[in-house]
Order: sequence, then C-alpha cells, then structure tokens
Amino acid sequence: MGTFSAPVSRRHLLAGGALAAGGAVAGATVTAAARGAPAPAPPLPADPGTAVEPFHGPHQAGVATSPQAHASFLAFDLHPGTDRAALGRLMRLLTDDAVRLTQGRPALADTEPELAVLPARLTVTFGFGPGLFRAAGLDGLRPPSVAPLPAYPIDRLEDRWSGGDLLIQLCADDPVTVAHAQRMLVKDTRAFGTPRWTQLGFRRGHGVEPAGRTQRNLLGQLDGTTNPAPGDAGFGRAVWATDGPDWFRGGTTVVIRRIRLELETWDLLGRADKEFAVGRRLDTGAPLTGTAEHDAPDFTATDPTGFTVIPEFSHVARAHVADEGARMLRRPYNYDGQPDAAGQADSGMIFAAYQADVARQFLPVQQRLAESDLLNEWTTPIGSAVFAIPPGCDEGGWIGRQLLG
Amino acid sequence: MARIPVPTRRPGSASRLGTGIAVLALLAVAACGTDDATAGDPEPSATPTAAAALTVRDPWVKVADSGMTSAFATLVNESATPVTVTGATSPVSPMELHEMAMRDGEMVMRAKPDGFTVPAGGSHVLEPGGDHLMLMALGRPVRAGDEVDITLTLADGGTVAFTALAKPFAGAQESYDPGHGGTPSPSGHAG
Repeated sequence: MGTFSAPVSRRHLLAGGALAAGGAVAGATVTAAARGAPAPAPPLPADPGTAVEPFHGPHQAGVATSPQAHASFLAFDLHPGTDRAALGRLMRLLTDDAVRLTQGRPALADTEPELAVLPARLTVTFGFGPGLFRAAGLDGLRPPSVAPLPAYPIDRLEDRWSGGDLLIQLCADDPVTVAHAQRMLVKDTRAFGTPRWTQLGFRRGHGVEPAGRTQRNLLGQLDGTTNPAPGDAGFGRAVWATDGPDWFRGGTTVVIRRIRLELETWDLLGRADKEFAVGRRLDTGAPLTGTAEHDAPDFTATDPTGFTVIPEFSHVARAHVADEGARMLRRPYNYDGQPDAAGQADSGMIFAAYQADVARQFLPVQQRLAESDLLNEWTTPIGSAVFAIPPGCDEGGWIGRQLLG
Repeated sequence: MARIPVPTRRPGSASRLGTGIAVLALLAVAACGTDDATAGDPEPSATPTAAAALTVRDPWVKVADSGMTSAFATLVNESATPVTVTGATSPVSPMELHEMAMRDGEMVMRAKPDGFTVPAGGSHVLEPGGDHLMLMALGRPVRAGDEVDITLTLADGGTVAFTALAKPFAGAQESYDPGHGGTPSPSGHAG
C-alpha cells in the first residue's frame, strides 16, 4: 500500500462513505505500524446523517449556516382570529418541534420517530410576514421594511408564490429528513393557519463537491460569489439587525423571490453572449476582467473598441455592491418542475436573500436590476415574499417570544 | 422540614422545552416533608423518596376542545427501588390512570386501579395505544401549544409535578370501555 495521503483519502471518504473510511483508516494504521511509528489518528469524516446544527443561540440557524443540499420553504396564511396569545402558543409548539428534530430526536407525538434520528444538519427557521404583526396587534413593532416589495416592471408575480403571514424554512442535507420535518411542522401549524405556498429547492448533493463552493444555478452560472461570509468583518452588519425595534435585535429579514428561468430562450444564446449577460465566465465564474472566481471585477477596463470589458448592463455590474456590510446574503436554491407537453422546462431558483434591512440593502439592488440588467431577459420573478426572521432563543425559550410573549 | 435531595436539573420553564425533562417541583418537597421516614433526617442523600427518584420526560397532552383527552410521557425511575404512580391531578380536568386491554376482540381502554409501576433504574412509557393518563372531563379546551399542569401521586404519598405541551394528534382514538363514548376530538382550532 502506498503512503497515507490525507487529502486524497478525504476525497475518497467523501465519495465512498463510511465503508471507505474504515478501510482507509485501517490501511493507514498498517502502514504506520510497519514503519514502527505510532499510528496517527486521522480524523474520520463527520457522518452526514447524524450531523447536527445547533438550534439555540442569539440568531436563528439556517441563515449563516452553510447551505444544506435540500430545502423546503413554507408560507402560511393565519386563520382569522389568530391573536397574539394564539401566536405565542403556535411558536412555543413549533419551537419545541424544531429543537427536537434539529437535534435528531423525534418531535413530541411524532408518529414516525424513526425518521427523526438522522437530522443531516436540519435547520428550522421561522419568519414573520406583515400579516402576522397585524394579527398580533403589533404592527407598530414591525420592522418598517418588512412589507411587500414595490412592483417592478419585470415582475410577473403569481399569488400562489407570493406573500404569507408565517414562514417555515426547512433545510437539511437529506430530502427524507426535510419531508419528515415538514410533515410534523405542518401538522402543528394547521390549527393556526393554512398553507399558502410550498417551494422545494435543492443544491448540489451533500459531499459531491467541497464545502464552501459557490453554487451553480440551472443557467449554469456560479451564483453567490460575492456573498458576505460568516466570519468576515462585514457579515454581522450585513445580516443581523442592530437597530429597529428592540425585540428584533439579532434578527434579520428574508426576501424570497421565485425566479423562473427562461431556458428555451437562454439556449438561443452563444456562450460569449451568456457570459456578456452575466459579466462572468461560465466555467470559472471569474469576472470578464479576471481569471479566478474571486478576482475583483474591474468595471473601468475597456477593450480595444473602447467598450468596457464587463458590459455596463451585465448582471454583475448592476448588482455590484462595494461595501460588504451593505450586501445581502444570498442563499438560493434551485427548483425544477415537470417539463410541459412541449418539453419546455419548468426550472428556476428560489432566491432567498437575507439582510438586516430590506430597504437599505435589497431594494437599491433590485431597483438597479429591474431598470436594466441584461439577465432580465432570461429571468422572470413569479413569486415574492418578505419576512422578518426573529432572533434566536436560549434553551427553554421559544422563537418570537421577544415580540409575542 | 425534611431536607430532600433535589436533582440538579432545574424545574420550571427552562425544562419545559428542549430538554423535555420536567422534574419534581416544590410540591414534591412539601409532600415529602410529611413523610415520617425522612422528617428530621440530617442526611440529605440518605433516604431519597420515590418522588425525588422519578423524572417525567417528554410530556405532552392531546389537543381537545372538550370532553376527554389523554396525556403521555416517559416516566424514569433513577432509584434502586420501584416507584408506583397511583393517581394524577390537573387544574383542567379530573384524571385517571388508564391502560389498553382487549375486550371482545377489540382494544379498549380502562382504568388501571393498581397504577403504573416504574421499575428500579428503569422507565415506563405512557403512549398512545398503551398506558396513559386520562383527563376525564375538561373544564376548558386544551388548545395546541397550551401548557397543562399535571401532578402525579405516588404510592408513598409523594407527588411529582410537570407541565405537558398540548399537541394536535389524530391518533389515540381508542374506544373507552365503560361506555363513556366520546373519543377526544381531533386537532382543535386555535381561533
């Protein structure tokens, strides 16, 4: 056997799972023993099924959390008469479910407890839409920018993908885990509200590429290159609310746009035109002025004919925000429905953007994109919803207590 | 008053969610104070009572607008002697201890007058389709997300209080043997 090379072996572990892990470790031990050296103990890869994301803390999980492979976004309309006290009961109930399920334990009254034991980094994140504040009689405590977005000319919004009083966002690296969590949480919510829309989304499967990679959307583009990263200086300022109503400190907001991709007309473009529309190369994600994904785009560089290398109306030029603390955190998922009778795709993205303040961070970019983004030709917003994401809670607490308690 | 060893887990709100462990409340201490065996005992750890030994994990109660409903939990006995639960009380309803049994080829529930015995160092599960705590006549609706206070009475006179979270639950529609008829209603409406 050859020498034990940690990076290669890790890659094998990712691909081969637990069985390969056992073999690799055994091999390493033999090799080390043959040399008479003490056997090193290479770290075993975390088991993806039992991996757990913490639930309790100052912020809700599912925002700064490294995006899991699968997601379900559920919006509910509250039943008439669901008042502040009822909302408190609802959130106590849902928090209890979330605490248990995210930690790999069955919910109370879980009829399928065996489905709960592999949390696969499940996160459950709750959001409050404008209607929830009205229902609670607390509209004065609504962060002002938690309101429907202005209408944009590019919008083709459908009611069935828009609005909602309560958001439940479920993310995990396993779709069965998401389905079970969804079943439990819907059962516990339906005494208080009616499902308004459900959006199922996916990214690359767990382990098929190294963690931290920028995800690719179904247009083939790397999507999210300039995201603020947890740990960056600007991340907290970009994402977590530090002003507004007291109860909201440590919370954030989410804008969920369902964006249909016009794959049939996108197919008509040559590769160079596609890269022009985005301002980045399709393969590497590098700006047209650079060679690597994270190179800073140079919006002033010109070609021999005098035009900017990155077109003025390309997506990257229109969406660019220089100040990291003023950016939004994009955490998008793909969706892919059934081709229609003509074989045309029903594909798109669930564009989930988190920011401390919708008005300060989301609206200016959205306005610029709506005015003149070349990519608008191939992207159509068909759903739109805005929610406040309350801060997290400690053990024994429940999400939203600062507002509803 | 007797000094009773108090488990390190905190009772009260912190344990109602998350850990799912609702341990004996002060009631247990008060009740134990009348226990001759422990009164005046200078050694806190010498004679733990049954109440101190029993913890109630993952308690919940089924949502119901009126009539009857049932409560479930896992009873854990951390002591070296069996603990028997002989009764239960709640501000929202008279309560009985029930079991499920076959009668005329059908599973029915009926009172279990001898109570539930939790073996030493073991546990006893109260669950739909098995032993459970029955709330016989609700004085008010038990709505989704409500917290219902329940106190268990033990054979030695001690008590263990806990709070059960109310969950919508469609199962546990077992028929009740002595002809009480009505099964608890399915999930209630919050409004």
